[in-house]
Amino acid sequence: MIELRGITLTYDDGPPVLSGVDLAVDEGELVLVAGRTGVGKSTLLGVLPGLVPRFTGGTLTGDVLVDGRSVIELPPRERAHLVGYVGQDPVAGFVTDTVADELAYGMEQLGLPPATMRRRVEETLDLLGIADLRDRDLRTLSGGQQQRVAIGAVLAVHPRLLVLDEPTSALDPTAAEEVLATLTRLVHDVGLSVLLAEHRLERVVPFADRICLLTGDGGVHVGDPADVLRTSPVAPPIVELGRALGWEPLPLTVREARRRARPTLSALRPPVDVPEPPAEPDHGLSASRVTVVHGRHVAVREVDLDLPAGSVTALMGRNGAGKSSLIWALQGSRRRYAGTVAVTGPRGDRVDPARLSADERVRAVGLVPQSAADLLYLETVDDECAAADAGSVREPGTCRALLARMVPDVDGTLHPRDLSEGQRLALVLAIVLVAEPPVVLLDEPTRGLDYPAKEALAVTLADLAARGRAVLVASHDVEFVARVAGRVVVMAEGEVLSAGPVRRVLAESPSFAPQVSKIVGGGWLRVDEVVAAAAAPDRPATGEAS
Amino acid sequence: MASVSRLSRELHPLAWWGWAVGLATAASTTTNPLVLLLIVATASVVVLARRTDQPWARVFRLYLLFGVVIVVVRVFFRLLVGGAYGTTVLVELPEIPLPDWVLGIRLLGPVTQEALLGGLYDGMRLATIIICVGAANALVNPKRLLACLPAALYEVCTALVVAVTVVPQLADSVRRVRAAQRLRPSPQGRGRRHQRLRRVLVPVLEDALDRSLALAAGMDVRGYGRSGGLGRRQRLLTGALMLGGLLGIATGVYGVLDTTAPRWLAAPMLVVGVALAVAGLLSAGRRVGRTRYRRDPWRWPEWVVVASGIATAGLLTRVARDQPLLALPSPLEVPTLSVLALLGALLPLVALVAPAPPLVRTATPAPPSTSTREKVDA
Repeated sequence: MIELRGITLTYDDGPPVLSGVDLAVDEGELVLVAGRTGVGKSTLLGVLPGLVPRFTGGTLTGDVLVDGRSVIELPPRERAHLVGYVGQDPVAGFVTDTVADELAYGMEQLGLPPATMRRRVEETLDLLGIADLRDRDLRTLSGGQQQRVAIGAVLAVHPRLLVLDEPTSALDPTAAEEVLATLTRLVHDVGLSVLLAEHRLERVVPFADRICLLTGDGGVHVGDPADVLRTSPVAPPIVELGRALGWEPLPLTVREARRRARPTLSALRPPVDVPEPPAEPDHGLSASRVTVVHGRHVAVREVDLDLPAGSVTALMGRNGAGKSSLIWALQGSRRRYAGTVAVTGPRGDRVDPARLSADERVRAVGLVPQSAADLLYLETVDDECAAADAGSVREPGTCRALLARMVPDVDGTLHPRDLSEGQRLALVLAIVLVAEPPVVLLDEPTRGLDYPAKEALAVTLADLAARGRAVLVASHDVEFVARVAGRVVVMAEGEVLSAGPVRRVLAESPSFAPQVSKIVGGGWLRVDEVVAAAAAPDRPATGEAS
Repeated sequence: MASVSRLSRELHPLAWWGWAVGLATAASTTTNPLVLLLIVATASVVVLARRTDQPWARVFRLYLLFGVVIVVVRVFFRLLVGGAYGTTVLVELPEIPLPDWVLGIRLLGPVTQEALLGGLYDGMRLATIIICVGAANALVNPKRLLACLPAALYEVCTALVVAVTVVPQLADSVRRVRAAQRLRPSPQGRGRRHQRLRRVLVPVLEDALDRSLALAAGMDVRGYGRSGGLGRRQRLLTGALMLGGLLGIATGVYGVLDTTAPRWLAAPMLVVGVALAVAGLLSAGRRVGRTRYRRDPWRWPEWVVVASGIATAGLLTRVARDQPLLALPSPLEVPTLSVLALLGALLPLVALVAPAPPLVRTATPAPPSTSTREKVDA
């Protein structure tokens, strides 16, 4: 049994990040750590392997016990055989270059006999279903494969506890399901204890034995998932639906919820979308037969895409399906192999963004890349805003006003790295929007955002569309797409698999269906529309295409 | 009976290095262009037959190219500042007069056959030595070679391995940040250049720092640098052995190089120093409580490969002693070959008994990018 006793962590003179946290993880138990961004989830996880405070600073008091023995004085390396830890970016933690070597690395450090190592590497490969990847270069693996290798690399050591920090945040729904299924199997079959943090609760809640909710004041609320989620500020759509409709006990899996929903909600008339205005060819972005090639690999193959002004389009697909390649090609700075793209240029005419200079392109197409922080280089938020204003010759304060509309009360003297994920994303978006591009592309913006931050982003995007911009957002987050998009384009292997109104496309695909759609069926996507329809069952529901 | 030792596997890295060093030694003894070309040819044949399909195996072509560059540069400089050397004038070029104080240096002037061929042979010798090293590099995964080093050097080796992977990551990072910075309006007016550098440098350095910290944390969490529980006496002993070894080697090398020094300072001191250093490394290695996954075996093909390299070196050294005119041919005569030289130059082909490298299993074609780090072409 692994136990945290009275864990308190403070930085300098600030309020404690964690205060008096007690948590015990039993053998074969999966405990989910939840809470809003910045309440100290990663900090709590880091205490177990000893990374906090050794790599982060701060003062830690309390005790960490493994089978009753205190390990809090031991450095991380001396706890390696007890606690396995996989950080947010598994690639950053890889030491070797092939899968088998990476699995063996931890065992080499512990000095296990070669015969044991051989056996355990093979066992781990089988356990995680990656046996055919044995000799592959780690950097050529897909995100889901890399995550499983990272988990396998710490599992091979046979630790007592596995600590995972957002193991599925970078993964598409299918890959996330693979990783979680693997974890559940380990918990059930091997009796491994797992402690994991995750933002997208809808993915993990069905697998969790208990939830440890960080309340934000340094304390925790540990308990049965159904109890904790009843009042939790972060909750998956299924729980929100249950809470809104007063279901008791609160259903946590789609199966339970469907059973509850059948008597009350099956009578609802299917939602009808207001038909979208026909796309005007002279606004927004229109692309035809776009092809992008890396060496011999065709990343994007003859994709046709229209982004009408005033609409939000979502771009979905597995990791490596070519979403990022397409976005960069649409923006024009990545070379297209073939195809045409037309946008409204800075002088009001239709132009190919690839033909524009970098400064002109910024005013035609805005792009927020996957690692948005790459755009930032100054010391304070105010400096960044001022530089953006000066760059596109706007009134000083334009960028700051844009930022304030998205996230009010951001301290302008803060370093951009000290902002929360949501605030930093808003800052980058504000810098991009200063140039007033008619087309805005966002590549995977929801990574690391909690539910309130995602809601704020959704409001921002809807606002952009209402102001006549064409918005494209690539995302793995099904619930976010259901909330924000009017149209969805699904890509696979560089080609467009399906495209159309969000209701039709998401309901068609089992892996991309949001929870509400799985529970209620009939094209329902969002909690709020179901709740509204259930409250007034006579009126035909109209979901507004945002 | 079929030999299990010859089944497909990767040969021990040290075997290939031993073989390649033998070839390089052989090449250093001669300037005979025929012998040198033969050595390059045999090395190429072995590389082509026994290299893996991993990325480092492709570097051999670069080494060949580098060899050609060496030859061209050597000949060019021989002709440019070669001085009056030889009498067989091929082309009469004007000499560029230089002031008196650079006495002894001549710019251009008549091109003689002696200078041209002398430069060519010399360049070929150097190029061959470098190509032999390239062959070893192409045949051996550099990381596997590091894994063969004594356990006491383990920490240093890991640092080296990490350093090797940092460079491509840094290049990736620079590309990504440059592309990202072009997505925001660029600053106008004074100090633009300075700003542009800063706009790439700051995010790249931040990224590099973040990654190093993440890697350090990752390695620490997985047990890198665990103490083996070693006593104070053991540490003192190891330290004394290493220091004594270093002193011995230093004195020995001095004794060997300085012919006026007493003879007992030379070879005996060197031997004692090496012995002490080896003992120190072994003692330090005992401290390291870790093991190696899939240590490469050393079997008879390894012996044969190393022996063929050493035999080549031996044969060509003998040629240089017994047939000096063949080993160092005059630029005025057509170079010749003897049976001994031919045998020596072709002997490295014996290394083809080495087992074929295993195929890398790539069941599914690798997707070129992941969600976390999409490659971004600028």
